[in-house]
Amino acid sequence: MLRDITLGQYYPVDSVIHRLDPRVKLLGTLLFLVSLFINDNFIGILVAMGFLVMAIELSRVPFKFMVKGMKAIAVLLMFSVVLNLFLTKGTVIFSFWKISITKEGVYTAVFMAVRLSFLIIGSSLMTLTTTPNNLTDGLEKGLGFMKYIKVPVHEIAMMISIALRFIPILMDETDKIMKAQMARGADFESKKLIQRAKSLIPLLVPLFVSAFRRANDLATAMEARCYRGGEGRTKMKPLHYQTRDYLAYVIIIAYFVLIIMAKRFF
Amino acid sequence: MLMLVNNLTYRYNAGTPMESVALKDVNIQINKGEFIGLIGHTGSGKSTLVQHLNGLLKPVEGAVYFNGEDISDPDFDLKSLRFKVGLVFQYPEHQLFEADVFSDVCFGPKNMGLSKKEVELRAFTALKQVGIEDEYFYQSPFDLSGGQKRRVAIAGVLAMKPEVLVLDEPTAGLDPRGRDDLLNMLKSVQEETGCTIVLVSHSMEDVARYADRIIVMNKGEVAFDDTPQEVFKHRDELKSIGLGVPDITETMYKLKEAGFKVSTDVLTVEEAVEDFIRGNRC
Repeated sequence: MLRDITLGQYYPVDSVIHRLDPRVKLLGTLLFLVSLFINDNFIGILVAMGFLVMAIELSRVPFKFMVKGMKAIAVLLMFSVVLNLFLTKGTVIFSFWKISITKEGVYTAVFMAVRLSFLIIGSSLMTLTTTPNNLTDGLEKGLGFMKYIKVPVHEIAMMISIALRFIPILMDETDKIMKAQMARGADFESKKLIQRAKSLIPLLVPLFVSAFRRANDLATAMEARCYRGGEGRTKMKPLHYQTRDYLAYVIIIAYFVLIIMAKRFF
Repeated sequence: MLMLVNNLTYRYNAGTPMESVALKDVNIQINKGEFIGLIGHTGSGKSTLVQHLNGLLKPVEGAVYFNGEDISDPDFDLKSLRFKVGLVFQYPEHQLFEADVFSDVCFGPKNMGLSKKEVELRAFTALKQVGIEDEYFYQSPFDLSGGQKRRVAIAGVLAMKPEVLVLDEPTAGLDPRGRDDLLNMLKSVQEETGCTIVLVSHSMEDVARYADRIIVMNKGEVAFDDTPQEVFKHRDELKSIGLGVPDITETMYKLKEAGFKVSTDVLTVEEAVEDFIRGNRC
């Protein structure tokens, strides 16, 4: 039941996208997200779709795996589409009783749907092809320049990597506790809201207790190994750009320029 | 025959690249009143197997029967099965959540829909069975020692009066004294209530002393299923799957190899001493 969340999950196959430097993927994802929001015409959508399809093809992650991640935001997506469709003012093209659909409404609804779904697929593509460790390494190195303006980059990266590292552990733990309570007759599938909320107590209390216990253990273990922040710390596998990374940068920037051109000329 | 596991196969993450086989074509019978030791190396599938016994996991292939009924049948009442097959997970103390010990033990029977009086009676009896004194009843379970927490958690399952009690490594992380106390307690619970016990462990010592029957798991398959005496005759096979025989049996094997007249199917030190004296009177 908890296994359906694909956002932030890693999909272990070997592909060009998997082997790219995490910094490239971070910048690529960022530019892709920005491009989705500066773009305002259908040519742009086609270009973005082409870029996305190419990246998915190269990554060798099955498409249905990414769609699974969409389920989580399906409600949000429907909500924004419906609201935009019915509540945007403009030229009316269809009207029934008190409901009227305008040209502008259809336009924004379609764009909203495309933006949101591309946004989710694009960012889950990054997490599906990058291990959490790699991702935070990339963040740390990519944002390294910010140390000079007193931003604790290493500490932030460490916090993110610990948080990411703990997601599967806590999911397992939740699964285990849930099963243990189900073995004692707990009912997590009740339809009534209040009963359902009540049934979460036997799950949440042990979960919090164990999260605190684990945090405490981890802090002790880190101190026992003389952890004292990022100063002077070296990496076992330092990040180095390869030819393919430069090539990827060129493609990403070319894509971005294309989107800006599409906005300019159409 | 109380329970039957028939051609059970289970794969984790079936249908994804992370798929891994946990159980392969497992066939087991569990009879009423037995004390079964389920042994296997880490990752041999023993924990996966016991989660099938009360329907927490659904078989990918094969079936599990309780009193002749298929438990994966859509009409089968899984909830009531979970009261009849009580499963104590590994580190059960991690499931405690109530403000005091007594109400935590009440959780199971309360879910059964029993009257308040009956619930409290059962909780009281269960706590007495596991040897928790009255003075602890209204303390927070989080203030107890590790061994006591575990007893309370086991009491939480015992209070449902299960017909089959399944314990997944109940002695993990306990000191030798705590381990002996816990196992003796289980034996006396069985003598008192006549329930069937399935004890999962990777310690031969634990199991040899208490179980009437031993099931050895290896890589998701049943390697041996027999009385302790018979199973421990396969010393070399057991060693090759990383298990070995109890220390005292091993000692007898070594003595025999050294030329003493001893039998190798003894399981306790007392039997061994008797046997040694009988065979080697000067």
